[in-house]
Amino acid sequence: MTPDLLIKLGIGGGVLFIVLNLAGLQTWLERKQSALMQDRIGANRAYFTWRWLGPLNWVLRKLGALGILNALADVVKLLTKEDFVPKEGDRFLHTLAPALAVLFALLAFAAIPFGPPLELSGRTVALQVMDVNAGLLVVLALASIGVYGVILAGLVSGNNLATLGGLRATSQMLAYEIALGVSLLGVVMVYQTLDLGLIVQRQGELLGGWLPRWGVFLQPVACVIFMTAALAETKRVPFDLPEGEPEIIGYFTEYSGMKFGLFFLTDFVEVVLVSALTVTLFFGGWQVPYLKPDGFHFPWGAAIPVSHAGYVLWGVSAFLVKVLAFIWFFMAIRWTLPRFRYDQLMHLGWKILFPLSLANIAVTSVLLVLIR
Amino acid sequence: MPTETRHMFLNIGPSHPAMHGIVQIITELDGERVVGADVEIGYLHRAFEKDAEAGPYNNAIPYTDRLNYVSPLINNFGYCLAVERLLGIEATERCQYIRVIMSELSRITDHLTCVGASAMELGAFTVFLYMIKAREWLWELVEAVTGARLTISYGRVGGVKADLPEGFAERARKALEDVRKVLLECDGLLTRNRIFVDRMQGTGVIGKERALSFGITGPFLRSTGAALDCRKYSPYFVYDRFQFDVPTGEHGDNYDRYLVRMEEMEQSMRIVEQALETLPGGPLNVDHEGRMLPAGVMVDEAKMGRVAGFKNVRVRLDPTLQGSTRGFHEAVNPDAKRAVLPAKEDTYGNIEGLMHHFKLVMLGHGIRPPQGEYYSAVEGANGELGFYVVSDGSDQPYRVRVRPPCFAIMAALSELIVGDMVADIVPTFGSVNMIGGELDR
Repeated sequence: MTPDLLIKLGIGGGVLFIVLNLAGLQTWLERKQSALMQDRIGANRAYFTWRWLGPLNWVLRKLGALGILNALADVVKLLTKEDFVPKEGDRFLHTLAPALAVLFALLAFAAIPFGPPLELSGRTVALQVMDVNAGLLVVLALASIGVYGVILAGLVSGNNLATLGGLRATSQMLAYEIALGVSLLGVVMVYQTLDLGLIVQRQGELLGGWLPRWGVFLQPVACVIFMTAALAETKRVPFDLPEGEPEIIGYFTEYSGMKFGLFFLTDFVEVVLVSALTVTLFFGGWQVPYLKPDGFHFPWGAAIPVSHAGYVLWGVSAFLVKVLAFIWFFMAIRWTLPRFRYDQLMHLGWKILFPLSLANIAVTSVLLVLIR
Repeated sequence: MPTETRHMFLNIGPSHPAMHGIVQIITELDGERVVGADVEIGYLHRAFEKDAEAGPYNNAIPYTDRLNYVSPLINNFGYCLAVERLLGIEATERCQYIRVIMSELSRITDHLTCVGASAMELGAFTVFLYMIKAREWLWELVEAVTGARLTISYGRVGGVKADLPEGFAERARKALEDVRKVLLECDGLLTRNRIFVDRMQGTGVIGKERALSFGITGPFLRSTGAALDCRKYSPYFVYDRFQFDVPTGEHGDNYDRYLVRMEEMEQSMRIVEQALETLPGGPLNVDHEGRMLPAGVMVDEAKMGRVAGFKNVRVRLDPTLQGSTRGFHEAVNPDAKRAVLPAKEDTYGNIEGLMHHFKLVMLGHGIRPPQGEYYSAVEGANGELGFYVVSDGSDQPYRVRVRPPCFAIMAALSELIVGDMVADIVPTFGSVNMIGGELDR
């Protein structure tokens, strides 16, 4: 019992570590990618040296020139800022809101499988923090609860702008959660399970002997709807209405210091989350095309054997690379498109995405019946 | 049982990310819809008009830089034009061409800023930085000519401070070519972008009659279909010699204003290119010796009385200093002794020049327009930028009144935003292109 628990704790800690680091590094990625897109240089000034470090200072300077240490500087800045609660605000709820937001965003990672089952001295360890048979529901539920933090932040700040932001967040989540959930029904129907681990495993098979059985090929419409709705979940441009800086400063108007930092972090964690979900559901999760547990089997007959450790490593790195690719993709969208207006957003959510996802279910079920 | 609802008051500004410049909009909201709005202006009042009365005519020029600080050159020339007409003098032809070129460059920078900032506030941050990049190239040109980027103080009553630097035409053509590429890129990112079009179309609508009755001019009016442009209907400088169109919209909404501004930039570039093509040379008289004498040396020589021959020497001066070589000086300034400082060679080189200079710069002497009043308007980037100057015959203006183009638009703003949503305030206000310095003076 104890070793199992230790292994689970280890995996949990590892996931938390990687997710938080990815989120932190996203501040760097965001700065540098936007700079690249906008013909700028981007952050390159923050660095520190410490004389006891000796030659390592050279490395620190180089990292500073790359802008990576800016993430560290951000944290130091946020931690040392005044924590301000407005007079009309409620101190307890005001503090609770960012914690709620970030907590549920992080918890949702528990159900996501990030690698093939690992054989470790006679034990089969699922590379997944929480191996539940309704993982999809868990993720959706946790992601939806996360919005309570945002709503709470808007309502307890005692500020009209923040209230508007909170209300916008509520209606936006409602409009998009439904389209998101319904679009996923198609995936569930195709793979016949709610278990994320199984969904990924079933995406390892081949379609017609050469095309991976990925969700994006079986459910292209659902994939587009899911990605749109998921983008709306992350509350970033073009769906950043709850923040909408130039309009209503956002639900975090009255937040400063690390409490604001937590909202900031939640945004980035959510981007990682929706990237991981997109990969898991539609892009084969940790599956590498043509890679079976014993090695690569290409459709033209060639085969390269791979050891078990190599197989797991391939899986985990494939998952990570795919997630990074989607983070990049979402960020490219974020720096290209303008923002929707409230009613246009509702229009898109209720009148386009929702009926479209319903139609997708109908078509999928008819096709499934016909095939069988 | 119907739920009882109350309107919410939302205070936008004076310190708010979208309120560039300082302005306050107190809105009354029914949900997300604006049902009432009260626009408060005056946060940037710095008594420009009163200040202008306090000194000689040329002293007001640096203040005019700070009126519309996105296109300061047009303000400079607008003020100079009014005083010149009061004086009854006219700038030389080359000077007029230079003024047209610089005005049009400023108009492009202004429109770039306006469109870019609007796009940024709609979330398209990348477009903003592209446009700022293009504006930077134009400002480098402005800097090469005037020595400054914003506080340029380049216009003078009767002329301009200095001639165009060498190789300006090539640099300008190159810059315009680059700007065109950027505009094409931004056009691709915005003009047919579904989100952008949805945000802009049908918001901030104003009819032609209503706009005219508010006294709105410029791109804002032209978006409603009225082709009113000072450059066309009362040509000043040498605008009547150039081919250019006055783009108009038809709906009077934000999207049409965006299109009008984009097209106007293209027209401005056309004007600049034509002006560069036909820029008259002017009498650039190089003397027979062709000796170059640095300004510092000239001053030292003059202090020791060794001034013989200065009259004929071509002196190289720092272009940021008052004056330039005499050749340039004569090219851009009229003969009128009443208004224009003499070339530095004359000031240091002969007694007539010194006296001429002295008479103009000493308090109580200076430029003395005859008693009277004059209103003249130039087409600023936001619309008709008028200067009304009253002279009592002394060396200080009796009254200077500015007709800022965005003042009239701000008067209509509350009408424009009522009925739209909160989020529409941002593009509508962005398309007003309110410039605090000009609005509040």
